[in-house]
Amino acid sequence: MSVTLKVNGTMHTVDVDPSTPLLYVLRNDLSLQGPRFGCGLGQCGACTVIINGNATRSCVTPVSAVKSEITTLEGIAKNGKLHPLQQAWIDEQVPQCGFCQNGQIMTAKAMLDKNPHPTDAQIREGMNRTLCRCMTYYRVQAAIKRGAKMIADAHAAEKEVVA
Amino acid sequence: MTGFTKIPQHIEDELEKSALTPSRRNFLKTAGFLAVGIASVGSGALVTPADAQAASGPYKDPDYHQLDSWVVIHQDGTATFYVGKTDCGQGTGTSFRQLMSDELDIAYEKTTCIMGSTDITVDQGGSGGSTAMERDAWPMRRAAAEARRVLLDMGANELGVTVSQLAVSAGVISVKADPSRSVTYGQLIGGKKFNVTLTGKDINAATGIAPVKAVQEHKIVGKSPQRYDIPAKVDGSLKWAVDVKLPGMVHARNVKPPVAGAKLVSIDEASVRNLPGFVKVVSKGNYVAVVCEREEQAIKAAKALKVNWEKPATAPFPKSDDLFTYMRSATPTSSSKPIIVGNTETAFAGAAKVIEADYDIPFQGHTAISGAHATADPSNGQMTIYSNDMKSYGMRRGVATFLGIPQDQVRVVWMEGPQGYGRTAADDAGCEAAYIAKEIGRPVRMQWMRDEETGWDTKAPAFAVKVRGALDAQGNVVGLDYHALAADYNHLGYNEPDTVLIAQLMGIRRNPPAAGSGATPSEMYVIPHRRMDSQVVSLPLIWETPVRTGNLRDPNGPQSTFASESFIDELAAAAKADPYEFRMKMLTASTADDAAFRRARSIACLKAAAETYGWDRRPAPKARATGDIATGRGIAYTFRNQTVVAQVAEVEVNRKTGHVWVKRLVCAHDCGLIVNPESLRHTIECAMLHSLSRTLHEECQFDGAKTTGVDWITHPTLTHADTPEKIDVVLVNGDPNQNRPDLPPYGGGETACKPMLAAVANAIFDATGVRLRRIPFRPARVLAALETAKA
Repeated sequence: MSVTLKVNGTMHTVDVDPSTPLLYVLRNDLSLQGPRFGCGLGQCGACTVIINGNATRSCVTPVSAVKSEITTLEGIAKNGKLHPLQQAWIDEQVPQCGFCQNGQIMTAKAMLDKNPHPTDAQIREGMNRTLCRCMTYYRVQAAIKRGAKMIADAHAAEKEVVA
Repeated sequence: MTGFTKIPQHIEDELEKSALTPSRRNFLKTAGFLAVGIASVGSGALVTPADAQAASGPYKDPDYHQLDSWVVIHQDGTATFYVGKTDCGQGTGTSFRQLMSDELDIAYEKTTCIMGSTDITVDQGGSGGSTAMERDAWPMRRAAAEARRVLLDMGANELGVTVSQLAVSAGVISVKADPSRSVTYGQLIGGKKFNVTLTGKDINAATGIAPVKAVQEHKIVGKSPQRYDIPAKVDGSLKWAVDVKLPGMVHARNVKPPVAGAKLVSIDEASVRNLPGFVKVVSKGNYVAVVCEREEQAIKAAKALKVNWEKPATAPFPKSDDLFTYMRSATPTSSSKPIIVGNTETAFAGAAKVIEADYDIPFQGHTAISGAHATADPSNGQMTIYSNDMKSYGMRRGVATFLGIPQDQVRVVWMEGPQGYGRTAADDAGCEAAYIAKEIGRPVRMQWMRDEETGWDTKAPAFAVKVRGALDAQGNVVGLDYHALAADYNHLGYNEPDTVLIAQLMGIRRNPPAAGSGATPSEMYVIPHRRMDSQVVSLPLIWETPVRTGNLRDPNGPQSTFASESFIDELAAAAKADPYEFRMKMLTASTADDAAFRRARSIACLKAAAETYGWDRRPAPKARATGDIATGRGIAYTFRNQTVVAQVAEVEVNRKTGHVWVKRLVCAHDCGLIVNPESLRHTIECAMLHSLSRTLHEECQFDGAKTTGVDWITHPTLTHADTPEKIDVVLVNGDPNQNRPDLPPYGGGETACKPMLAAVANAIFDATGVRLRRIPFRPARVLAALETAKA
């Protein structure tokens, strides 16, 4: 069956079984390998993409169920500039092995897009189902706070320019 | 749309660079570098990935006695370091670059580091045992120092002066008296070989004639350049071992026995033959895998395949709830030679007080965030394996023997993967992918699913420990008797062709099985009479079992230290002494030290941990406060080889739910010379939290037939919500001569895992007065212990 997907601003048509999890289409057909296989059960978050503003676990999302644009880790940098969270991740030197960090960054982005100023408790709660076996949680949480501040500062600067 | 990804970007980059000069490629090829991707020497163009397959092999071992195998200087003045290590996520590659840049006198930014691919890097064994800085950085440093010496000789010749008249900085050699006269490393040797032979009886001893620098001369070592691998890990551009795609590649999935020890009776291939993309069922002995064209097809087919298994007549193991009873009644398969000091019998007989306690630590898995995986390419009678195996060199030997092909027909291209803390030392997927690829003659990507990885990965051995201690009338420890039982028989080695799971399932048996090992405590306490030993016991099923042991991040240390450092706290409580002072008293009771000053550094670490935490001196437990939340703090200390660690954990225990939150952690850590402080801090933070996960959550559970932890629900792990509010890492230099010019680096990857279990147990005791002696401290167990204490 032919399925059409909009991913990171580009349309793609792939010929796959409609029940195929989105993860394998992104990785194997579209060569977007930011999302990764961790559990195939929607439990760990390594496969996270953003659809309709929601952090979505692509390993348990059938490709035919996707009706809106998909954003992957490869698609959050703009105009050759890293997303503030990606920069914050570098500034805080978050990853150890890095395998789960797609899920950490994408889940954090979806969270901040909805709630730009989360409390520490909201960060813990919002990120709680996104697992890391290197246990980089402490730095992930620091990087989210740093990223949130970078985003807020950028917005403030934009407003000043407009004013 | 689909691009083929084959080789790591850093190798592609190197090819790009070398493509500029045919002579350079020629050199690299003859020197054993970068054979990958080069169709024919001097052809002047890089080949496409498909053509690269034709260019493969044979794969000779790079010669560690050749300086050119370690250091390559390019015409543009940049340098590439080739090291036989792998980086499991602790930033060792960055640290190697720092060390080698300093010895070579080149700017850090002008260097790159290539790691772990068997045909282009010398065999330093990959990673393991926290040996990166402690052992393996030494030949790298000496090789870089030798390269600098040779370059200075060349510079002297070029500039017509003696070496003593020269200065060198950032890859530029100049005449001291007239700095306008200079020459760069690139000008001197870029594109040419050193042709310098190193000496040394083995790779660890490889050396030229140049000495390494005194640590005071380091410019980059001791600073914290950001890890070079991180940007590509956050922008999605890194190509991981899971990302490898090859022309004609198919996907394989294993079909594991439903219960441990089951025998294959028959396979109904018709159950999957008509599924889309079906290629083949591959089976031998009890090993079964399904191969399909696409990944999701292989997953479906592996689930759909009907296999008739015969259950074993006897139970493979007891239920995990009965494990410790089983272990204590089992006949040991081996016993260590006891460590005996003084006479414990006399000490116990004359003691004012004797206490004893049993500690139970279950099997715990590696449970990497993703399953084992590898891609094998059998093109042209060679075998290339793209793998995250931390011991890629061992995998190469293992695969060659397993397949019965010459070693020079096999290479392992190391790429990054999910950190496994030893799991990939006993990697299974490489042999599986290679076996299937050889069978069907096409490149094969093997990937373990979550239930396989959690259920069947290697486990850290379970420990049942009994400790007895004797106090005199003044509360001094006069006797200690430590006895450990470790369920570690047939402990897996390193990708051995007769121990990887596929081999076991095919009926291959190592004879005799590996003996396994227990462990005794690592501390410097002065106790006049002690006896310490360990014994190994076996589960009923030895082969083809999901409860098979392998090395997990200090294989026995967290278990033995949980028992020993919990017990020291129990003794302190019995003596009504402050736990910190109690330890300090036993550390300072002697001034005798070893050559690396482990006693002095133990004292320094314990002191630093207590000071940083703000330790208030009093006996534990603290006075009972009202309310549901009880708070307390615990301390623990140990060493691993020469690395010393002391930790303080502060906990909140919810008396109503049994939930434990470790709110604050302090770690004082002395591993000698520190190469990259920030990278080390991060590694220590994560090691503590990894161990905290083992303390609070992790247990490999099984019924009498199979492992029952198969995902993140049935086998929980630490989460964001568990993360401490504050973590302080103090990097200590407790050497009596802190400015020692030859201060050596010790391992940094594992020691911080060891004291955490006891630090938390001691903190829970301080908070509640209840002593937990069984890992993990899941809420139900904590609550039950609190209830029992109340009753």
